[in-house]
Amino acid sequence: MNRPPADFDLNDLPEARAVRKKGWSVQFIWLIPVLAALIGGWLVVKGIMDKGPTITITFKTAEGLEAGKTKVKYKSVDVGEVKGISLGGRGKDVLVTVELVKEAESRLVEDTRFWVVRPRIAGGMVSGLGTLFSGSYIGVDPGNSVTKRREYVGLEVAPLVTGDVPGRQFILRAETLGSLQVGSPIFFLQEAVGSIVAHELNEDGQGVTFKVFINSPYDQYVTTATRFWNASGIDVSLDATGIKVDTQSLASILIGGVAFATPPGSAKEPPAEENREFFLGLNRAEAMKRPDTVAILMTLYFTQSLRGLSVGAPVEFRGINIGEVKAMNVEPNEAETNFRFPVTVAIYPERLLSLMKVGTYDHVDHSDEAARRARWDVMVARGLRGQLKTGNLLTGQLFVNMDFFPDAPKAEMDWTKSPPVVPTIHGGLDELTATVASIAKKIEKMPLDEIGAELRQNLVTMNRTLNSADKLVKRLDAEVAPAARSALDDARKTLQTAEKTLATDSPMQHELQEMLREVNRTLQSLRQLGEYLERHPEALIRGKKEGGQ
Amino acid sequence: MTGIEVTAGQLGFYSCHACNLVSKATPDHLEAHCARCGSHLHLRKPDSISRAWAFLIASYILYVPANVLPIMHTSSLFGAQSDTIMSGIIYLWTSGSWHLALIVFIASILVPSAKLLAITFLLISVQRRSVWDPLQRTKIYRIVELVGRWSMLDIFVVAILVALVQLGSMATIKAGYGAVAFGAVVVLTMIAAMEFEPKLIWDPKRNRREQTAG
Repeated sequence: MNRPPADFDLNDLPEARAVRKKGWSVQFIWLIPVLAALIGGWLVVKGIMDKGPTITITFKTAEGLEAGKTKVKYKSVDVGEVKGISLGGRGKDVLVTVELVKEAESRLVEDTRFWVVRPRIAGGMVSGLGTLFSGSYIGVDPGNSVTKRREYVGLEVAPLVTGDVPGRQFILRAETLGSLQVGSPIFFLQEAVGSIVAHELNEDGQGVTFKVFINSPYDQYVTTATRFWNASGIDVSLDATGIKVDTQSLASILIGGVAFATPPGSAKEPPAEENREFFLGLNRAEAMKRPDTVAILMTLYFTQSLRGLSVGAPVEFRGINIGEVKAMNVEPNEAETNFRFPVTVAIYPERLLSLMKVGTYDHVDHSDEAARRARWDVMVARGLRGQLKTGNLLTGQLFVNMDFFPDAPKAEMDWTKSPPVVPTIHGGLDELTATVASIAKKIEKMPLDEIGAELRQNLVTMNRTLNSADKLVKRLDAEVAPAARSALDDARKTLQTAEKTLATDSPMQHELQEMLREVNRTLQSLRQLGEYLERHPEALIRGKKEGGQ
Repeated sequence: MTGIEVTAGQLGFYSCHACNLVSKATPDHLEAHCARCGSHLHLRKPDSISRAWAFLIASYILYVPANVLPIMHTSSLFGAQSDTIMSGIIYLWTSGSWHLALIVFIASILVPSAKLLAITFLLISVQRRSVWDPLQRTKIYRIVELVGRWSMLDIFVVAILVALVQLGSMATIKAGYGAVAFGAVVVLTMIAAMEFEPKLIWDPKRNRREQTAG
C-alpha cells in the first residue's frame, strides 16, 4: 500500500460523488418478517388443520401397544397413532388414547370398530404375521353409521369381515351351537362363500344366534326361501340305496361349517334383504322340510302303556309324517277307577297338503274353522282313529298312527275339550300281543298226545314194510343174478363166432372175393360176345368167322 | 485507550468499504458514492436497526415451528417415526448417548436461542442509547457472529441422513417442515447479526461525551 505523503492536507481528499437517493424505501425490509409470519402461520395452521380427532379405545390389555409408537392402520395405511395408554376405571381395562389423521374424522361413527392386530393362529388360519417384525398395530374398520362417536370398546379379535368387503350379513337362529365357531365357513354347492362372523346365546338362554357374512356375488343366491343347515363333520346315512357319506369339505370336518341352498321350485324368490333371519337346521333334511306354519293341536286318550312313546315322536297317516307328539299326561278316567293318558299331538296339515298334486285340493278353504271341524267329523265318522304303533321292534319306540278303521266302534270328535279329542283304537303292539295269545291258545287246544301215539304206530308199520323190501332185494340178489350171468356168457360166445367169420383174413371172405372176380370175368366175356354179335349179328347163324377180327 | 477518541464520521470523512479510499462527505440529502470504485458510502449501515429487527422478528416467528414440527421422518420395516429436535435429544439422552444429546442440545437449542436473545439485547440497548459497558456488548456481538454458523449442525445431519438413507422399503428418511424452519431461523439470525451495526454500540457514549463537553 502506498503511504500517503507526510504533508497531505485533509482538504485535498477527493469528494464523494453525490448521487440522487433511490426511490425504494427501507420499508421493503419488513416484508421479510411478514413473509416469515405467513410461512410460520401457514405451518401452524396446517399443523392445527392436520391434527385429527383424538379418541379413546378401551382394551382388555395393552399387550404390544406403545404410546407414541403404535400406529392405527386402515388397509395398511397409517391413519393415526397411539398417544397415551392408561388404566381405565378401577384398573379393569386399558384406555388407549389415539390421535387420528384428519381424514378419519368423518369415519368415526357408531359402528366403527377397532382391534389390535397381533400374530394369530386359530381356526385353520394364520393372520397378522407381519406384526412379528413391525410390532402390533391397531386395525380399524370404518362403519357406515352417521352417529358420531369418540369413545370405543376395542374388539379382542380382529373381525373376519370388514366393511370394505362386498357382501351381506344374515342372521341364523339355531337351537345349539353345535361344533360351529367364529370363522367356520359357509358353503353353497360345497363352495366356501362366506363365514360365521359372530355367535351368541340368546338372552333368554333358548338357542343361539349366529351372524354370517356371505361374500359378494354369492349373496345373491340367498333368497327369502333359502334354507341353512349345519354341515359340520361327516353325515353318514344308511338307507335302501346303501351307506351314504356326506361332507362339505375337510375343513368343515375340523372346524364345522354351515351350508345353504334354496329348495327347488322356489327359484323366483327375491334375494333376501340384509340381516334377514333364517332358521339353522340340524341337517339338510330338516332344513329342507317345509316350515310348519299351521299347527292343529289334538288330544288322544290312550289306556295302554305309553312305554316307548316320547315327546317329539311322529304322528303318521299311512306312513306319512303329519305331526309330532307335544305332551303326555296322566289323568283318572271318569269313574276314577283307572288311569288314562291324554297325549297331545300337533298336526301340521300343510305337510299333507304339500304332497297333494296342485289343483286337486285347492277348492277347500283351509281358514274356515267350521268347515274344518265338519271335515274332521266326517272323517271320524268314517272311522278315523288314532292308535299307538310300534315303530321299531328292537327299541320298542312307539308312534301315533292315524288311519281309517271302518270296523271300529262308533265314536265322535269331542270339540268341547281344548285341544279337541280324537277317538282312539287299540292297535299296534296290543294287537300283536292279542294275536300271539290267540295263537298260543289254539296251539294249546291241539291233541298233541294222540297225534304222537298215532305217529308212533305209523312208524312201526313203516319199519316192517321196509324190512320186507329188504328181504326181497336179498332174494333177487341170490337167485336171479347167476342165471343172468350165464346167459350173458352165451351171448358173448355167439358174438365172438360172428366176429371171426366176418374178419378180413377169414376163408369165407377170401372165397367171396374169388367168387366175385370169377363173376367179373364172366361178365367181361359176355360183353365181348354182345359186342361181337352187334357187329356180326350173322354169327348167330353162321358161327364165328376165322380171322375176322 | 489513550489519546483522543475520534471517528472518521466525526471528522466528516467516509471510508469506502470496498477500496478503503477516504473521501469527504456530501450534503445529507444526497447519497454518497466512492469517487474511485463507485461503492455506496455511508458512515453507519443505513437502517441497520430496523433491518436487524426485521430479520430477528422473522427468525422469532419461525423459531416456533422449528421446534414444534418434526425435522425428520424415519420410516423403516419396524414402523414409521417423526422426530422434532427436542424429541431427538430426549431419545438420545434416554438411550444412553448423553454426550451426543448434550452436543445436539447446545448446537440446536442453546445456541440459537442464546443468539436470538443476544441480538435482541444488543438491539434494545442500542435503541435505548444505553451506555452500559460497550466493550462487553461488542464482545457479545463478536461471539454471536462467530458461533452462529455452528447451529447449522442439525441441518447438516438431516441433509446427510436424507441423502444417505434411501433404502426403499427397508428404511427411508425424509426431512420435515421443522428442518426448513430451523434452517431459516439460523440463516435469518446470521443475517440479523450481519445487519446489526456494532458501531452503534459506541455512538451513545460519544454523544454523551459531546453533550457533557458541550
